[in-house]
Amino acid sequence: MTNPQMVMYEEEFTQIQAIVTRLVKEANARVVFVIDKNGQEIAKAGEVEQLDTTSLASLTAGNIAATGGMAKLLRENEFTTQFHEGERANIHIQIVGNRVILVVIFDSKTSLGLVRLRVKKASEELNSIFEALLTKVSDPNREAPFAEITDDDIDNLFND
Amino acid sequence: MSFINVLSREINCKIVYYGPGLCGKTTNLQYIYNKTNPDAKGKMISLATETERTLFFDFLPLALGEIRGFKTRFHLYTVPGQVFYDASRKLILKGVDGVVFVADSQIARTEANLESLENLRTNLAEQAYSLDKLPYVVQYNKRDMPNVAPVEELRALLNPNGVPDFEAVASTGVGVFETLKAVAKLVLTEVKRQAG
Repeated sequence: MTNPQMVMYEEEFTQIQAIVTRLVKEANARVVFVIDKNGQEIAKAGEVEQLDTTSLASLTAGNIAATGGMAKLLRENEFTTQFHEGERANIHIQIVGNRVILVVIFDSKTSLGLVRLRVKKASEELNSIFEALLTKVSDPNREAPFAEITDDDIDNLFND
Repeated sequence: MSFINVLSREINCKIVYYGPGLCGKTTNLQYIYNKTNPDAKGKMISLATETERTLFFDFLPLALGEIRGFKTRFHLYTVPGQVFYDASRKLILKGVDGVVFVADSQIARTEANLESLENLRTNLAEQAYSLDKLPYVVQYNKRDMPNVAPVEELRALLNPNGVPDFEAVASTGVGVFETLKAVAKLVLTEVKRQAG
């Protein structure tokens, strides 16, 4: 079988980015990001410049994968929410529509209750965007962003 | 599963280094990390035990340059090689775009190589992937050790389908980038094929 691609188009990206940016404000969070289950970063907002979000994304995906493995052993479908409490920073991790992961990093300026409440609403919105995106990606007549690239282009990348 | 962001013109792919315990998967990543321009790489993460055996995975994000304005980014992962970490290996293979099988060339490790390769096939099959269809290369590592098996013998055992294969000494970097480039090229060709 072939491995399906995930393509993020401008329209959906803008919508996702808007939700993530709004969630930072509404939840009074430090950082919010959305990643896919393989650890690829999709969107982020907040105080991201001080954070290694690439590493965080990969570790979060690993964490979700490990927790999912534990869930299976317990005959659970999935543990959809995780919360890690630190001295200064806390992380709230939510699986959205079994597809992507919504991560909120926050401190004592807000509360877990508020974060949960805002995450719930944002999750629902994100879920419908990703559903629409999936339909778009599986449409055979869709715009194929990588199709114009030739074998020579790929060869050139490795000729040094 | 490759991830293409049309807006930022980025293509992200996942490559997994697989192989028996102590074959040099982490050493491959460490060499790549040490020899790559700081602009092209992120932090290398190793989730290892106190004795520096891989516990969950190593992770290295790497940019390999641009193709017609598309930035190509590769996420390199290793699996823990020890047999009893099988549950973790399965998780790391999820969404993989390309696989490097790192074989330990020492004669004493023949059985371990075969067992790991069989385990790779089984774990891929569980996710409905087939090694015969996935971008895949083989590396015969530790060529500098005494008592290594001849490459022809390793090839017959581990690479009957004749995918690209490379002799390597990962600790000094021999063959490391050749292996990486070969798998990256196969992955991009597959992405293009799917897009077209």
